[in-house]
Amino acid sequence: MASSASENRLLLSRIATNEKHGENSPYFDGWKAYDQNPFHLTENPEGVIQMGLAENQLSFDLVEEWIRKNPKASICTAEGIEKFRSVANFQDYHGLPEFRQAIASFMWKARGGRVTFGPHRVVMSGGATGANELVMFCLANRGDAFLIPSPYYPAFYRDLGWRTGVQIVPVDCDSSNNFKITKEALEAAYGKAQNNNINVKGLIITNPSNPLGTTLDKDTLESLVTFINQKNIHLVCDEIYAATVFSSPKFTCITEVIQNMNCNPNLIHIVYSLSKDMGFPGLRVGIVYSYNDDVVNIGRKMSSFGLVSSQTQHMLASMLSDEDFVEKFLTTSAKRLAKRHGVFTDGLEEVGINCLKSNAGLFCWMDLRRLLRDQTFDGEMVLWRVIVNEVKLNVSPGSSFKCVEPGWFRVCFANMDDDTVEVALKRIRAFVGQAKKAQEQAQVKSPKKRWQSNLRLSFSSSSRRFEQEGVSVMSPRMMSPHSPMPHSPLLRATT
Amino acid sequence: MCMLSRNATFNSHGQDSSYFLGWQEYEKTPYHEVHNTNGIIQMGLAENQLCFDLLESWLAKNPEAAAFKKNGESIFAELALFQDYHGLPAFKKAMVDFMAEIRGNKVTFDPNHLVLTAGATSANETFIFCLADPGEVLLIPTPYYPGFDRDSKWRTGVAIVPIHCTSSNGFQITETALEEAYQEAEKRNLRVKGVLVTNPSNPLGTTMTRNELYLLLSFVEDKGIHLISDEIYSGTAFSTPSFRSVMEVLKDRNCDENSEVWQRVHVVYSLSKDLGLPGFRVGAIYSNDDMVVAAATKMSSFGLVSSQTQHLLSAMLSDRKLTKNYIAENHKRLKQRQKNLVSGLQKAGISCLNGNAGLFCWVDMRHLLRSNTFEAEMELWKKIVYEVHLNISPGSSCHCTEPGWFRVCFANLPERTLDLAMQRLKAFVGEYYNVPEVNGRSQSSHLSHSRGQSLRKWVSRLSFDDRCPIHGR
Repeated sequence: MASSASENRLLLSRIATNEKHGENSPYFDGWKAYDQNPFHLTENPEGVIQMGLAENQLSFDLVEEWIRKNPKASICTAEGIEKFRSVANFQDYHGLPEFRQAIASFMWKARGGRVTFGPHRVVMSGGATGANELVMFCLANRGDAFLIPSPYYPAFYRDLGWRTGVQIVPVDCDSSNNFKITKEALEAAYGKAQNNNINVKGLIITNPSNPLGTTLDKDTLESLVTFINQKNIHLVCDEIYAATVFSSPKFTCITEVIQNMNCNPNLIHIVYSLSKDMGFPGLRVGIVYSYNDDVVNIGRKMSSFGLVSSQTQHMLASMLSDEDFVEKFLTTSAKRLAKRHGVFTDGLEEVGINCLKSNAGLFCWMDLRRLLRDQTFDGEMVLWRVIVNEVKLNVSPGSSFKCVEPGWFRVCFANMDDDTVEVALKRIRAFVGQAKKAQEQAQVKSPKKRWQSNLRLSFSSSSRRFEQEGVSVMSPRMMSPHSPMPHSPLLRATT
Repeated sequence: MCMLSRNATFNSHGQDSSYFLGWQEYEKTPYHEVHNTNGIIQMGLAENQLCFDLLESWLAKNPEAAAFKKNGESIFAELALFQDYHGLPAFKKAMVDFMAEIRGNKVTFDPNHLVLTAGATSANETFIFCLADPGEVLLIPTPYYPGFDRDSKWRTGVAIVPIHCTSSNGFQITETALEEAYQEAEKRNLRVKGVLVTNPSNPLGTTMTRNELYLLLSFVEDKGIHLISDEIYSGTAFSTPSFRSVMEVLKDRNCDENSEVWQRVHVVYSLSKDLGLPGFRVGAIYSNDDMVVAAATKMSSFGLVSSQTQHLLSAMLSDRKLTKNYIAENHKRLKQRQKNLVSGLQKAGISCLNGNAGLFCWVDMRHLLRSNTFEAEMELWKKIVYEVHLNISPGSSCHCTEPGWFRVCFANLPERTLDLAMQRLKAFVGEYYNVPEVNGRSQSSHLSHSRGQSLRKWVSRLSFDDRCPIHGR
C-alpha cells in the first residue's frame, strides 16, 4: 500500500512542507485570473492585463540589434565557436574574468560613473533571488533577523528567510512623509526586536525602492549608515533597479555615501542583478558585491550553488564591455521609462488617481485610498478583487508588500506595449467614471451618502461572487518566481 | 560578537581539504606543453573533454539554435524574459528523452517530475533541503565525491554518516555496512533520512551491481527512508556491465506508484559529465513524489538554468541523430582513454580497480606507502604533487577508509599529456625503489626492505583481480 500523504510529509523536511515559500496565498487569484484569461490586443482584447509583473520590456530592440552585429559574443556562431569548448568547460566560481570586469564596469556606468567597482569583489549568484539568500546565509544564523522598511518586495519573505531561517522585522513607513525611512521607525523596529529577544543582524533596503519607485536621498542614506554603524549591524543594499532611474533626483549608490563617511566597510554589501535594468530575468544574473573580504571569499564558495551559465557570462562580458552600446542603452532605456511613466501617470491623473511621486522603477505606487469602502485591509481586498475581475487589470495590493496603510497598489507599466497601456488607461477611466456616476446617482437620491459606500453597493455583488469561488489552486504554468508574490495580510512575520 | 554567520565562519564548505588544495597547487604552476613543460598536470579534475568536436560540428550545422532564433524569428526577448521555474517545456522534454536514451530506453521519465537546477551541486543541496532537517543524517557509501561534504552539509545543517566500503570486495556496498552505518547514527541519537549513492560511482569509476541496487532498495524500504541516486555519470558507462539505473531496478521489482518505496527514490542528473558542459550549470532533480517536485521547483528559484542555455540545449538534445552518435562515440573514446591510463599505470607497476565508467580510475598505490597510514598517504600525495607534478586526489579526501588509494582522471587532458604523466609516474616509482643506499645504515635497509615488500605486493597485484569478476555484477 502506498504511503499516505501525511506519512510522506513526515519524511520530508520542515522547509519542504512549511508555507514559508510564501506562495500559497489567496492573492494568487490575481495571477490565476490573468493566466486563465490573458489579454491580447487582437486575439483577446477583453482579457486581463498583467500589471503585476515588474519587467522591463522597453528596450529589447537595442539588445537584439547588438546581438545581430556581434556574432562573436555567442560561442555557437561560426565567429564565436572557437571559444565553445573553453567556455562550456569553465565552471570556476570566480567567473570568467572578462565577465566580472564587464559587470563592474556596467555597475559603474549605471551609477553615472560616480563610483567605481572592483571586479575582485563581484560574486555571482542565481539571480537577485539567489544573491539575497546567499547574503543572508553569510551574515545571519537561523533565528536572527533583518530589518526591512515596508512596503517591501513580497518575495523577500522567501528569499531571505525560507531556507535560511532568518526572520524579517518590518520598519514601518507611511504616506505622512512619502514613505521615507525615519530614524524613529528604525529605532522602534530595532527596539521591538530586542524586546522579543530577537538578534538583529542587519538592515536590508531596496534602492531604488520596490514598490515605491523612488530613490533614497543622500540624507536618508547617511542616517541609515549611521544607524547600522552605531548598532554594529550589516547594511544590505538591493540596487537591482539602479539603472531604471529616469528622472531627478539622480540615483545615489551606497558606495558614494560611505566614501564620505566614517563607516565600517565590512558592514556594507550590495545586491545587484541584470533582471530589471537590462530586462534579462531569464538569464539569471545575480551579483553580490561586498566590501567585506570574508563575505566575498565565502560568498564565492557559496556561489557554487547558483553560478551564472558560462555561455551567458561570455555573451554578457562582450555586451557590457561595449561602452558605446551600454551608454546608448542606459540613456535610451531611461528615456523610454520616463515617457511610459509620464503617459501612465498623466492618464491616471486625468481621472483623479494620484501616484506617489517617483523617479525610478518599472511601476507606480498608486493611491486608491479614497476608493476604499472601508479604510481597512479587507476594504483593500474588496477593491482589489473588483480591479482584477471587473476592470480586468492584475495589479498588486499594498498589503502584499506589508504596507501599513490600506489603499495603495503597485501597478507595473514597463512590461507591455503602448497600445496595451492605452487599453489599461481606458479601462481605468471607465471604472472611475462608473464610480462617479454611481455617486452622482446616489447623491440625487440621498445626498448625504458618501460616494465610497455606493462604490461598495456597486461592487459588492461581484466581490461576493468571487469569494464564493473559494481559494484557487495555483496554475502550474503561470508562476514566474521573481514576480511579486502577494502575501496575505493575515500571515504576518512573527516578531 | 561574531559578525558573520556560522556558515561563513566554519569550514564546513570543505574547501580546505586536500582535494581542493591540490587544485590550488596546480593553479600556481599549471602544465603547458610549450610554456610550462615542468608544470603540474591536472589529473584531479573529473571533466569530459573528449567529445567537444561533436558538439561543435553540430553547432556549425545548426546556427539557429544559438542565434536566439526560432523559425527565422528572433526570440531573444521571449528568452530573456523567461524565468518560469518550471523550465522551458521543450528543454525538459529533451532532457528526459536524453536520460531515457542513456538508459537504453529501459525506463522513461516524465518531464513534469523533472526540476531544473543550476548544476548537480545545486540539485544535491536542494534535495537535502527538501528531505532532511538540520541535525538529521544522510548515509553515504565511502569513498565518495569530496564535494558532497559541501553540497549536503554546509548550508543545510545535515550530517553525513559514512557507509564503509572496502577493497575486500571491490568497495561494493554490503548489507552489514549499511546496517552498521544506520546503527552508528542511532547510537548518536540522530535520525537517518536517507541514503545518497553515486551510480556510476565517483571516485570508483564503476557501475553498481544489480545486487547492490536491490540491497539498497530493500534497505530504504525497511527503514522507511529516502534513496537519492546521483546518476550524473550515467552516460559515461563505457564498457560492460552496462549502467543500471535505480529506476530500472524499481521497475524490475514491479515497484510502481502503489508501492511504498516508489516515492522515496530520487535521481540527480546533470550535463556536466556526460556532455562535458560544466560551465552551463545544467542540473536536474527527478522524483516520483509530487510534494518533493513541488518543493524543489520552488527552491530552484535560487538557482535556475539560464534560459539562453536551456534554449540551446533543447535544440541540441532534441536532435536524436546527435544524441545517438554522441553517446556511442563518448563511450568509445572514454574506453580507449581509460585503457591508455590503465596501461600506463601498469608500466609503473601500479594497478587500479577494474572500472567500466566515469572519467577516472581508482588507483591502488598502497604498495608505495611507507606505512599503512593516512599520514603515509599524505606523504606520498605531496610527493606526487610537488615532485612528480601530478595533481591526483588522495583517497582520504574521498573519505576512503583504507590508505593508499588515489583517484586519477583521464578525460580532461590531451592524450599526449596523459602519456607524459605516466612517464613521470613511472620514473618516480623507478626512482623510489632505486634510491642509492646511504652509508649502509638503517635508512637503506628500510628502503630495501620496503622495496622487497612493495615488489612482492606489486607482483601479487598483477595476478589478483581486486574487483569481482564482471559476470557476477
